[in-house]
Amino acid sequence: MEFVNPEGLRLDGRRPMEMRQLRAQIGAVAKADGSAVFEMGNTKVIAAVYGPREVQNRSQQINDQALVRCEYSMANFSTGDRRRKPKGDRRSTEISLVIRQTMEECILTNLMPRSQIDIYVQVLQADGGTRSACINAATLALADAGIPMRDLVTSCSAGFLNSTPLLDLNYVEDSAGGPDVTVGILPKLDKVTLLQMLRNTTSITLLIQPYNVLERFAREYQTAGVSTWLVVHKKGIRAHIQAPTLAWLLLDFQLSSHHLKLVAYTGVATS
Amino acid sequence: MLHSKTFNKKTRGGRIQKLVREVYLRDDIYCGALFCKSCEDKSKARLTATASTILILDTNVVLNQIDLLENPAVEDVVLLSVVLQEVKNKNSAVYGRIRNLIDSPARRFVVFSNEFHRDTYVQTMAGESPNDRNDRAIRVAARWYQSHLGEAVKVLLITNDRENKRKATEEGVSAETIESYVKSLGQPALLDLLVQPASEDVIMEEVEDMRPSKRKVVYPEHKPMSEITSGLTKGIYHQGKLRVNRYNPFEAYVGSESIGDEIVIYGRGNMNRAFDGDVVAVELLPQDQWHEEKSLSIVDEEDEEEDVHLVPGSSDDAPRTSIPVSSSTFDTNPVSSRPSGHVVGIIKRNWHSYCGSLEPMPMPAGSGGLVYALFVSKDRRIPKIRIQTRQLDNLLDKRIIVAVDSWDRQSRHPSGHYVRSIGQIGDRDTETELVLIENDIDARPFSAQVLACLPPLPWSVSPKDLNESNRVDLRHLCVFSVDPPGCKDIDDALHCTMLPTGNFEVGVHIADVTNFVHPGTPLDDEATQRGTSVYLVERRIDMLPKPLTEDICSLRADVERLAFSVIWEMTPEADIISTKYTKSVIKSRAALSYVEAQARMDDSRLVDPVTKDLRNMNALAKIMRQRRIQRGALTLASAEVKFQIDTETHDPLDIGMYQIREANQMVEEFMLAANVSVAEKILKEFPECSLLRRHPTPTKEMLGPLLRTAAAVGLNLDVTSSKALADSLDRAVGDDPYFNKLIRIMATRCMTQAVYFCSGELSPPEFLHYGLAAPLYTHFTSPIRRYADVIVHRLLAASIGIYKLPTIFLDRPQLTSIADNLNYRHRNAQMASRGSVELHTLIYFRNRPTDTEARIVKMRSNGFIVFVPKFGIEGPVYLTMRGDKGGGEWFVDEQQQKIRKMDG
Repeated sequence: MEFVNPEGLRLDGRRPMEMRQLRAQIGAVAKADGSAVFEMGNTKVIAAVYGPREVQNRSQQINDQALVRCEYSMANFSTGDRRRKPKGDRRSTEISLVIRQTMEECILTNLMPRSQIDIYVQVLQADGGTRSACINAATLALADAGIPMRDLVTSCSAGFLNSTPLLDLNYVEDSAGGPDVTVGILPKLDKVTLLQMLRNTTSITLLIQPYNVLERFAREYQTAGVSTWLVVHKKGIRAHIQAPTLAWLLLDFQLSSHHLKLVAYTGVATS
Repeated sequence: MLHSKTFNKKTRGGRIQKLVREVYLRDDIYCGALFCKSCEDKSKARLTATASTILILDTNVVLNQIDLLENPAVEDVVLLSVVLQEVKNKNSAVYGRIRNLIDSPARRFVVFSNEFHRDTYVQTMAGESPNDRNDRAIRVAARWYQSHLGEAVKVLLITNDRENKRKATEEGVSAETIESYVKSLGQPALLDLLVQPASEDVIMEEVEDMRPSKRKVVYPEHKPMSEITSGLTKGIYHQGKLRVNRYNPFEAYVGSESIGDEIVIYGRGNMNRAFDGDVVAVELLPQDQWHEEKSLSIVDEEDEEEDVHLVPGSSDDAPRTSIPVSSSTFDTNPVSSRPSGHVVGIIKRNWHSYCGSLEPMPMPAGSGGLVYALFVSKDRRIPKIRIQTRQLDNLLDKRIIVAVDSWDRQSRHPSGHYVRSIGQIGDRDTETELVLIENDIDARPFSAQVLACLPPLPWSVSPKDLNESNRVDLRHLCVFSVDPPGCKDIDDALHCTMLPTGNFEVGVHIADVTNFVHPGTPLDDEATQRGTSVYLVERRIDMLPKPLTEDICSLRADVERLAFSVIWEMTPEADIISTKYTKSVIKSRAALSYVEAQARMDDSRLVDPVTKDLRNMNALAKIMRQRRIQRGALTLASAEVKFQIDTETHDPLDIGMYQIREANQMVEEFMLAANVSVAEKILKEFPECSLLRRHPTPTKEMLGPLLRTAAAVGLNLDVTSSKALADSLDRAVGDDPYFNKLIRIMATRCMTQAVYFCSGELSPPEFLHYGLAAPLYTHFTSPIRRYADVIVHRLLAASIGIYKLPTIFLDRPQLTSIADNLNYRHRNAQMASRGSVELHTLIYFRNRPTDTEARIVKMRSNGFIVFVPKFGIEGPVYLTMRGDKGGGEWFVDEQQQKIRKMDG
């Protein structure tokens, strides 16, 4: 199948290095301490944060830092056909873990010892890139809850189809069986908190590409150092997020054949 | 820049599902006109400033008139993405051709992605069919172009759909049919390229006048697709690919899986407009209509097609009272129990372009230039095709290419259109090109991407190659090569040293092509496609670019080259004690020709190392050969001839049978041994994905013609096994020195060709190579000119653990498709070589009427077929005048294969 036509357009009219449209809203769940709805094209995710609060299960309490818990689920209506999925299957357990670990990295947990922060993320509509959307939504919800953080994590995925690197895969591209990488970065700190490669492919032929991508990535990382390939446009976002405004977040990953460059833009549009 | 729009789409994937897709509508899609002031990006712009008219084509125009579009007279064309998408879904071959036009820098074709442009995106309206929606999208885009480019330029929508044209005019878009547009260009020759419109199309009225008023039905109607599908599931109809008999175009076979046998189809009426290669649905005839043995005659086309010379107004559509049926020249054993049937429908057409010439006809007077002519394809399996032309006098003496457009029930001949002419009939270059086109051989120069994969020149063995841990330095060995004279692509070399134990170390060194051709590169893809080099009489069409073929890989004398070696330790009795496979570096001491090698061996005064090694090898080879023949290997013969070509004019000077010397046999023997050793090794390591070569055991039926001919001369052949056959062929010696050779040629013709296959596809007993009497065989020894050998090199390298196996080998369907392509290319290359030889034979005899001896090889009711051993040609001799069916003064008994004079 042709995912990028000879004119350089993808199936939905984007060019390879373009993202889908982003929309974000803070404070979607009134009862929660912080919440956000985040959309990347047709992928729509809601996140709610409770805490910091008292640890419910005393045995889990950590004396010098806060306990971060995360629960990920997919709404039964999120994909086109209705399917009843048991909560806690392998995939959602894994994504829960990924989100928790990513968030734990940027929350200043040592400021809140003996307390607990709960992050709930649910996919309302799935169209590829749910992992990244969940992380972005969770970040906004944590910021909305006023939880002290080192930085705001932003995440996006990239894939490799028709020998072309593609940014922000949608469902059709995602299910084509090519390799894809999800990256989460802390733009202000020039740090990568998440790098995950999915080899959701059955044929061994296709496995070679992710290896190449990873190899390249690792080499860049070692030789050039993080700061050279991570160009960050710093602009404070936390201050604005305290007020329930519509925040626009634009991320631009550039994954070219020889170097991986991550560029993050943050901007705010007031309502 | 991003404008999101969502639309709903329903698809069926077993059940109805609602799909939601985003469409990002853009404002950075440019019109592609160089003179446009508002579009910034001109990098892809092609439409010239001088263009007064810009054409926008509708899908059907692109699909049907691609031959016209390829003509440089049509320029400044905009192809909309909606059109390209439709073309791609309907016909991928046409899509490939239109993409070539777009990519060609010489042409002015641009793509406009109207489906993603903010102003030209069209949403399906309620109740609108996808077709109507696409037509509307085309009109919207045409209108956008007109308003975008302003009044200075005329934007013309080309459509043959009457409704679309009407709506376009209503909406203020100028629209024309392709016919009227081409007419307005004022180049009558272009009109020939137009596809004949099908009966219900726009300009039918004009055609109607020229045709006979009463149109009679010649062929039965094809069943509708729905009926065919249900018939196939019920088992009434049988699906298969139609193959027309090469020697008799009125007989065809359909290999049907549903009845597990071939269905024979006699006559054009039963074939019902199917072409060779079409996938058809066949209905079996009642058993009493299955054909019995019929008269065998040299099929004479003239007999079958009387009065088909047509001029406008004449009737070419007269129904045939009876469909003449005759059997093939070579299939002489029609068993009455063989099911025969007739075609009820065509599932997939295999129409493409055909080469040939127009049937000679007088110039009709006063027809205004427009005439119908009959095109005769060089491929006899293709029926005559009727074309319309305005340049008859120009085309009559040309070789031309014609494409088929349609074949309706009322017409005895399919109708087509002229595509291009190749050149004068009888001209050597024209005819050679024809041979290439006919056999689907790509003789184009290699593309820049392919050439970019070559190592920089001048190339020599680098220290890095020498230090490679897997590569053994064998430069000290006395290696030499023996090849035909003038051979530049030397892919094999040999060495033979005596060991202190009295045994011999014998090495076969093959050019290490895979060191330069890496999987997945454009070079590798190109070689996969080409499959093999093609050897014509006066030129060679390479599989790999010339620097690799003639220099870097070629194991020339006195230069260091990389090789892949098979090294045996052999006893003086030629028993293999051990086999070693390794990559190596060699330095050939001598590149000998067969004649030179033979002369050295025969000249007892010479005692230099190369000659001594040659003699040792020859002794070993003789033993090996003897052993192989004892196992039952067949010595088959072919009517191969050798030309002496004038170096200046490339015209043949002399012609003669190819002489085989002991030196040839010696080299052949070691190559066979290397191939067998490699086959064993790779199969052991990769039982599922090895590429091997098999030669199926011929069935009794296939050998029938041979047995009958042999019986006619009182010879009894034993065909129970290859050994028995080989022995009885050896015994078949007549008074005539050519007799044995003739019998062997005939035996060769009865057998099927050897084929490549993937070892996972068949069970081990089927791996047998009948002709060589080898249980396992593959091709390893000619990687420069055969792609199969490249694959085998990769397998061997992986099996000795020096390289990883390329992933393609794990994908069996793909490996099988590569093997199929190799078989196809191999067969085509052989056909092309034969065609080239045939052509040069004809050129040779054009000015040299010759008297020579010939042998009768076959009897037919109206003549016999003779073989001329000296020139390796075969042809019919008629005893009766052409068209005269009566036996005349001769009486022929086909069963006895005897001929008598009537009065005698």
